[in-house]
Amino acid sequence: MKTVIATGMFILSLVGSAWADPMLINGAGATFPYPVYSKWFDEYAKIHPDIHINYQSIGSGGGIRQASELTVDFGATDGPMNDEQLSKAKVKLLHFPTVLGAVVPTYNLPEVTADLNFTPQALAGIFLGAITKWNDPEIAKANPGANLPDKLIIVVHRSDGSGTTYVWVDYLSKISPEWKKKVGVGTSVNWPVGLGGKGNEGVAGLVKQTPYAIGYVELIYAEQNKMPSGRVRNSAGQFVKAGLETVTAAAAGTIKAMPADFRVSITNASGEKVYPIASFTWLLIPEKIDDPKKGKAITGFLRWMLKDGQGLAPALLYAPLPKEIVAMEEKAIGQIKY
Amino acid sequence: MARSNTNIFSLAIFRRPGISPADRFFRASVLTVALSVFAITAIVAYELVRNSRLPIEKFGWSFLWGTTWDPVAEQFGALPFLYGTLVSSALALLIAVPVGLGVAIFLSELAPRWVSDPVAFLVELLAAIPSVIYGLVGIFVFVPWIRNVLEPALSGTLGFLPLFQGAPYGVGMLTAGIVLAMMVVPFIVSVSREILMAVPLSQREAILSLGATQWEMVRIAVLPYARSGIMGSIFLALARALGETMAVTMVIGNRPEIRLSLFEPGYTMAAVIANEFTEATSDLYVQALIEIGLVLFAVTILVNALARLLIHSVFTKVEVRE
Repeated sequence: MKTVIATGMFILSLVGSAWADPMLINGAGATFPYPVYSKWFDEYAKIHPDIHINYQSIGSGGGIRQASELTVDFGATDGPMNDEQLSKAKVKLLHFPTVLGAVVPTYNLPEVTADLNFTPQALAGIFLGAITKWNDPEIAKANPGANLPDKLIIVVHRSDGSGTTYVWVDYLSKISPEWKKKVGVGTSVNWPVGLGGKGNEGVAGLVKQTPYAIGYVELIYAEQNKMPSGRVRNSAGQFVKAGLETVTAAAAGTIKAMPADFRVSITNASGEKVYPIASFTWLLIPEKIDDPKKGKAITGFLRWMLKDGQGLAPALLYAPLPKEIVAMEEKAIGQIKY
Repeated sequence: MARSNTNIFSLAIFRRPGISPADRFFRASVLTVALSVFAITAIVAYELVRNSRLPIEKFGWSFLWGTTWDPVAEQFGALPFLYGTLVSSALALLIAVPVGLGVAIFLSELAPRWVSDPVAFLVELLAAIPSVIYGLVGIFVFVPWIRNVLEPALSGTLGFLPLFQGAPYGVGMLTAGIVLAMMVVPFIVSVSREILMAVPLSQREAILSLGATQWEMVRIAVLPYARSGIMGSIFLALARALGETMAVTMVIGNRPEIRLSLFEPGYTMAAVIANEFTEATSDLYVQALIEIGLVLFAVTILVNALARLLIHSVFTKVEVRE
């Protein structure tokens, strides 16, 4: 018994020393890209055993706060920081888009098996409480032939603050002036109607169980759980289903208008093949990094993420960045001083 | 008993000659531990107030009766959460107290040992189940049952009451109350059972010898003797219900509105903090959530103090009658 314990301690001490050796880089923030980030950090550690990146998915709000306070080496967020937040930060923070995500409407209609088409007006109307029945003309006209029931719509939204909500309401604000005025954009909003479910799984659980419910979840979540997701009409008038290509297309649609700091919303982007409810997710990197070794490691990781990292994203159902944006970001890495 | 308690806190003990150093050390360390309870409470209160300065300055007392919770426009009012916390906890106790006491009386007075021992063990096991499990049971078992069976039945029979009107969503105040009741029953059972078993056998024998039935024995000789302990178990249950977060947020519907109907969704203070704290970005927003924590803290203290006063008055009356 004693020898077992002694061997155990010895192994532990070995592991301990192996962990203590590499340079530790701490990051914190968004939960949505956590699966792909942890894959990246894991793969990167295999190539560079001297660098260990530790990421805590505490939420975008926490990521912004900790990066601003410099309690972590980098932050991550699903919604870009606003000017007020940037000016309050202790150091100038740079935004680097990493991958793309999309949010899809999902519903539970026992009568309907085919994918439903949603016009922007239908989505805004449903979530504002103006459209209350499934056989409303606004829904019916986009779905000829669908057997839409004369039932009350039960709206389900996220109860926890989240980047998913941010993308969803950012889209609704762009296509509905009434939404913009009454509700606005944020990680949590004052919902006009509906029930709140905690997390993607909470919304999905409520929608799956409640006949005639509609909610919104991340594309990845809907795909993994085989949930019905509707097609949404984009600004070119096409009904488009969310998928890796249509989401990457949304980012490509904004290349010309891309601001130098990458803080851009790509919801309702223009283009034939664009799925309109999509967003970047960003890393927040300080412009000035005091420790030159750390600066070198972080910029090294960014370069790897833009090149090899992108290839790992589709397997996890994250849409990779368009190559034009990759080129723009590679240039922007030069702004980081160390 | 009460008198010897005061001795522990009497500082004269430290100076009294003839007490062994070990004893003195023991008393000093126990005193420190006891005082640290006050210190922790004071620090919590101080930190909560300090970190909710912005909303206190901006909204003042109106934070307590404001009914809008709009993070985008930065308008914050706590009343719907206050209402949800109090109503869901009250509902939980309404269900849990009769059930819990019934089980405790059965286990201590009626059940044979080979039944009561395993049941008591299982009840204690129930108390150790993490609340997220209760939430999942709530979502997957109770919500469909409540939507399809209980709510239609209630609105069919008691639908004339405003409490049981509206669309059956399945999630809502009623479901939260039921799930909370399920979570606090083990506390009431396990504490009350211990208390009932501590009632001296002579009490029971005395009343039985006067020709009392078993129910009369429980009612006249056992329950009054155990009353303060049973009340204690109910407070413990209430405290748990007021602060419960995870299970409640999974089944209450998370809608900050005050509705009379128990079928409608609601929201509680603990749930909104858990839901929105991680993604709250502006200072005012974060501090408004901390102020919700302050309100919850104050409510917990107030409810406990009121309950204690209530018991106190009940007991003085009993003594007067005797």
